[in-house]
Amino acid sequence: MKMELIQPFINAADAVLAQGLQTRLSIGSLSMEEEAYRRKGMAALVRLTGDIEGRVIFDLDKETAVRVARRFAGAELPESDDLVRETVFELANQVIGNAITSLNDQGFHFRVHPPVLHASEHGPKGSEDTEQLVMCFETESGNVFMNIVMRYSHVQSQGMAVGGHS
Amino acid sequence: MEQFATMKRSKDGQPIRYLVVDDSVFARKNLARMIETFGGQLAGEAGDGAAAITEYDRINPDIVLMDITMPQMEGIEAAEKIVQKHPEARVVMVSSVGYQENIVAALQRGARHFVQKPVKPEVLYEVIKYVMGDDGSVANAAAAGAPEGAGSMK
Repeated sequence: MKMELIQPFINAADAVLAQGLQTRLSIGSLSMEEEAYRRKGMAALVRLTGDIEGRVIFDLDKETAVRVARRFAGAELPESDDLVRETVFELANQVIGNAITSLNDQGFHFRVHPPVLHASEHGPKGSEDTEQLVMCFETESGNVFMNIVMRYSHVQSQGMAVGGHS
Repeated sequence: MEQFATMKRSKDGQPIRYLVVDDSVFARKNLARMIETFGGQLAGEAGDGAAAITEYDRINPDIVLMDITMPQMEGIEAAEKIVQKHPEARVVMVSSVGYQENIVAALQRGARHFVQKPVKPEVLYEVIKYVMGDDGSVANAAAAGAPEGAGSMK
């Protein structure tokens, strides 16, 4: 696992959550795993292809997602499955958008695919080549899990466009 | 949230009217809250680019705050269509992706400015002041430390 690829995602998650929640947060746990990822709640998966390949999963339980949405909005929002889903997706969009801005500034070009609902209980199993970083941000609104698999692409990526994001 | 010196329209002293376009409800609410602290008025909301075009025609806002990645029609395309029809439209893109190509693409297709998410109120405030230019004024400039009676915002 190349930490120079991972660090922008950690920095972006830290910045987005701290600003949106208007509170300090801490990293509760951080581990490298080869075992399949076990989903905790509502999870969004975003794939990257190009100079860098991999995927990021954002995962929040329902109650945390509602609290996060209300903190970000600064208002009471009616609880619903749609609110939970869009909160997880918007968090993923903001964190990945900020991370790829940083990576793009370093000269990496890649396509970011739109977030998709990660509905299965287990994520893809890691391997020696695709070890997963699993981290948990502890916030006053609850725990936010981020799972990252990222590596340099072996494929010639010249001419690939950088994908748009929210 | 911090309170800012109220921005008004120069021509009639009325609040600046905003159209907020984002597929995320909480992102729209967050921007609406900031607009309130600027003394602005939320004139309309839309959850995608196509709805934004319809809403623009209906409410004719002073400023559009437009997300980029949205269902149906993306923000840059919607901005381009709005500006083609209303060349005076002031569209500010609001996106988490702040790399050069994205910003240039938005500006080339008619956006006036770009603000990166997560949005900092003080940054958005300055961008709105810049984009409104002579068409806007800071009403209670003394509260912001500016000279009494300060006029246009450029």
